[in-house]
Amino acid sequence: MTTRTTTGKPAPVTRSVRTPGGLSVRLDVRAFTVVVLLLVAALAASVVLIGTGDFPIPAVDVLKTLVGDGSASQEFIVNDLRLPRVLVGLLVGASLGLGGALFQSISRNPLGSPDVLGLGQGSTAGALVMIVLFSGSANQVALGALVGGLMTGLAIYLLAWKRGVHGYRLVLVGIGVSAIVTAVNGYLLTKADIVDAARAVVWMTGSLNGRDWEQVWPLLVMCAVLVPLVLGHARGLRMMEMGDDVSYALGVRVERTRLLLMLAAVLLTAGATAAAGPVGFVALTAPQLARRLTRSPGPNLVPSMCMGATLLIVADWASQRAFGADQLPVGVVTGVLGGVYLLWLLVTERKAGRI
Amino acid sequence: MNRLSADNVTLGYDQRVIAEKLSVEIPDNSFTVIVGPNACGKSTLLRALSRMLKPSEGRVLLDGQVIQSMPAKKVARTLGLLPQSSIAPDGITVGDLVGRGRYPHQGLLRQWSTEDERVVRESMASTGVAELADRYVDELSGGQRQRVWIAMALAQQTPLLLLDEPTTYLDIQHQIDVLDLCAELHEQQGRTLVAVLHDLNHAARYATHLIALRDGEVIAEGAPNDIVTAELVERVFGLRCQVIDDPETGTPLVVPAARKARAAASISAVSAASSSAVSGSAVSATEGS
Repeated sequence: MTTRTTTGKPAPVTRSVRTPGGLSVRLDVRAFTVVVLLLVAALAASVVLIGTGDFPIPAVDVLKTLVGDGSASQEFIVNDLRLPRVLVGLLVGASLGLGGALFQSISRNPLGSPDVLGLGQGSTAGALVMIVLFSGSANQVALGALVGGLMTGLAIYLLAWKRGVHGYRLVLVGIGVSAIVTAVNGYLLTKADIVDAARAVVWMTGSLNGRDWEQVWPLLVMCAVLVPLVLGHARGLRMMEMGDDVSYALGVRVERTRLLLMLAAVLLTAGATAAAGPVGFVALTAPQLARRLTRSPGPNLVPSMCMGATLLIVADWASQRAFGADQLPVGVVTGVLGGVYLLWLLVTERKAGRI
Repeated sequence: MNRLSADNVTLGYDQRVIAEKLSVEIPDNSFTVIVGPNACGKSTLLRALSRMLKPSEGRVLLDGQVIQSMPAKKVARTLGLLPQSSIAPDGITVGDLVGRGRYPHQGLLRQWSTEDERVVRESMASTGVAELADRYVDELSGGQRQRVWIAMALAQQTPLLLLDEPTTYLDIQHQIDVLDLCAELHEQQGRTLVAVLHDLNHAARYATHLIALRDGEVIAEGAPNDIVTAELVERVFGLRCQVIDDPETGTPLVVPAARKARAAASISAVSAASSSAVSGSAVSATEGS
């Protein structure tokens, strides 16, 4: 979507694995390698992150503890305190990466990501209503965020729908909805008393602090249902990148596939936001970074998912370590990284003559 | 009975009706070309024939079945369409794009068979893009790109292939190139081709069966040699012309009347009409006949 291909760049290599029974699976060698490397990076970063904190634990001990071979105190710190936080981070990052890849592919636009479309703002509105108007518990805030995200997603779909959802229309409608919801959020904040406002601001930055198993399970269930569903429709989505008419002619049920995948993307994004707050820019950057690494056309769903997970874990580690004693919410780090990335994207797009 | 036909279809978008009670048969093994002035409903008809537009009344039949009731992939294995608007994904190679034409033959666990590979190779060979297989689609010229898209449609291996204005935006040499390719596919591979074309002379030269549309109605259909006359062109396009024999192929060649001759004709028509009848009907008489 950004870098223009130039002559001389080697074409992607695909291998096919075939069984005598006539089954065959196609594999993009480079994309597969990228996925494996990202997974290794995500797991390595997770181990380091689990070892990081007021009581540092060496990586070897972390691994020992994870397989059930650590001391009692290490087991408490790892299994009860830090592992759930890392798991939430991995799942949130993967969900955001996948949701972003889906939206960008459906809108055929790198800016058509949930951050820009206002899904994060929608979730924030839901959470703010719970915090400011009802002084709700953490679970109620999460529920509010989920409902807010889903309602925003529905509003965008209905407003953008005109005999099929079109790319630019979706992005423009999303930006409009985002502006409205941001105004509502500002209004809600002005209504809040100082304690609620402080709580709201922390939530709005996006943070993994204090996440435990209670957040892990719903995320895990959501991913276990949605990821296979999405991947089952990935081939149709690949075809849809060639335009509705071409994919329709190839036998893709375009409108049905799009509705289903958009719904999945909204759920993934809203679910992730409910668990960790609106962690900015992961959904925008992960698919683009993954795409640049795999150099493969198509939605790059699995690489985006792995990239999202890796990004969030690394950002969380940076937020705890890179700024000395001040622990930052992870959303600040992803926001800074994402902002830099967005500027870079705009500059290179302009060089390529597309903006 | 022919494999593809439209039976009394009413076509339109939202409230706007483009064609009413239109019936069309696509003769098997023909190279059918649909012609007509802008907004006569030719692309709309093609969209209906390829089940992209659902008729509000009537039905489109493929192999005796209502096309909308058939499974999407089954239709896609019988009938291919090359639409006007297609987007080559960024960074896609020719081989990859052509390979995507195999989609209706594939499944989750049957993603890339040796058969797929063979058909893609053959499709690229018969459209002359085999040596471009590893090139990126964005680097190609317009004519090459159109060949690649046709190769993709061929890889779909459908006995019926519909093409919506395949020569638009191409220069004359590439237009002929693409039409020659279509004629070859029709003659050598025995596929039934249906194309919408703008250029009446191209249509007359390449079509084995011509359908002339105006305002959503079939004005004439048949072999170009039988139906293309000066009178028909004037009725369909409202253009005065001569029809002569194409010196190359003997097919009808439409030569529009010179500007002055046309102006004189319309003035004399107007004065004739106004002297014999109410002057208000004169314009519609010259335009609508």
